[in-house]
Amino acid sequence: MPARILIAKPGLDGHDRGAKLVAYALRDAGFEVIYTGIRQRTDEIVAVAVQEDVDVLGLSILSGAHISLTAKVIEGLKEVGAGDIPVVVGGTIPPSDQERLLAIGAAAVYPTGTPLSVLVEGLRQLADDDARR
Amino acid sequence: MVAVSRLSRPIAPLFASARKGHAAALGQLLSIVESGGPRAREVADLVRANPGHAYAIGITGAPGAGKSTLTDLLVAQLRARSARVAVLAIDPSSPKSGGAILGDRVRMLGHTLDAGVFVRSMASRGHVGGLALAAPEAMRLIGAANFDVMIIETVGVGQVELDIARFVDTTIVVVNPGWGDDVQAAKAGLLEIADLFVLNKSDRPGADATRADLESMLDARNSSDQDWRPPVIPATAIAREGITEILDATDRHRAWMESGGGIERFRGDRLVQETEAIVRARLDHEVRALFAKTPEELRASLVAREIDPWEAADSVINRIVDQHATPPEPLARDL
Ligand SMILES: Nc1nc2c(ncn2[C@@H]2O[C@H](COP(=O)(O)OP(=O)(O)OP(=O)(O)O)[C@@H](O)[C@H]2O)c(=O)[nH]1
Ligand SMILES: [Mg+2]
Repeated sequence: MPARILIAKPGLDGHDRGAKLVAYALRDAGFEVIYTGIRQRTDEIVAVAVQEDVDVLGLSILSGAHISLTAKVIEGLKEVGAGDIPVVVGGTIPPSDQERLLAIGAAAVYPTGTPLSVLVEGLRQLADDDARR
Repeated sequence: MVAVSRLSRPIAPLFASARKGHAAALGQLLSIVESGGPRAREVADLVRANPGHAYAIGITGAPGAGKSTLTDLLVAQLRARSARVAVLAIDPSSPKSGGAILGDRVRMLGHTLDAGVFVRSMASRGHVGGLALAAPEAMRLIGAANFDVMIIETVGVGQVELDIARFVDTTIVVVNPGWGDDVQAAKAGLLEIADLFVLNKSDRPGADATRADLESMLDARNSSDQDWRPPVIPATAIAREGITEILDATDRHRAWMESGGGIERFRGDRLVQETEAIVRARLDHEVRALFAKTPEELRASLVAREIDPWEAADSVINRIVDQHATPPEPLARDL
């Protein structure tokens, strides 16, 4: 059973080359990838994640606003009873913020430069751990 | 990782929430249906006891024909008529990796926060049975969740997609100018399933010629006056043109189906077809499982020519039949 993942780009940063690269790598690794393009509001991302009932939600954030955006998404998921969807964050995340993201509930952080193979393996692990599958 | 995983959440309360319009509940139930197995059967039982009234519109056509853009506009117009609308957007899985990029919803993002719209992306997950089994059940579930209309988008290339078209009430086939140049056989297949043709991208050159071509193909069919003749509707989705006409034609087709066009017979036929698909898929599954581990003695007697492949097949088939003759082992549904 292929794992389903949503790759979303919250916030205002304007390009999605990295996110698309990840999407294709995941497709090639056997994931079903729902992709929604750039500049999504956090409430929209939450709505898509629950309609699609994804196993993992990946946020790609380059704007620097990763802490507040991630917090909003995690909070939003909890509000609609989907707090058990693991949220991972990728993008330009300074090392000092990685711990903070994990502390507010991110399941994993993949800063720009993480090898795709590491990312794919990590996400596969998360999807498998998601005990409902 | 979480105490109460969604895997083991009881189904009845989920179903009750889904019927009240809770999107997360419907999302989870759809995953269960897609996964198959005993929990999917449990959902199916609840669905059967609570059938909905949703009208199902299929929208199919070549890759990039404009299906999702049209769907987005149809949803907007249906919302203006205050219908609750669900979209099931089905994309092919990669035969190599089994993965998929599900991108249809990018064209429908304007509806994301509308509680009266539910969009679900689905991968076809291989050709044998999977989709043909999951999609009709998913559609019934969506109906039970009190939607008035559902739109099923599929790419009109393979047999699977054509099969899905059989499970909707009105099938819209989207073509583009220049379609007349395509291979005849592919056209014949779509001609058979179309209740409506939408000639999208009519802003492009060749629209008139393609329309004339289509009309003459429709003229050439063996049909009587009682038969439904699919209208050819020009549209330009990027300019929002033709949408009202498409819905009006859908309404006319629906009215025709419901007044002597034989919707009851049609719906009966498709339940029979669905049953056939399930039987095929299960048998196929068993045959594969049987041959996955090559039976050594069978191999030996074939090689020694004690038995030929036809006789061997007889004995294998008998074995399968015997297995089913001995209850109570129910057939696995998790194909
Ligand atoms: N010129 C023109 N382009 C259009 C029209 N409608 C859609 N398009 C464009 O055609 C492209 C494909 O549109 P989609 O709606 O994604 O088509 P689709 O059939 O859903 O595509 P797949 O799901 O990938 O098979 C997009 O770039 C649209 O903007 C139209 O009426 N005229
Ligand atoms: Mg599409």
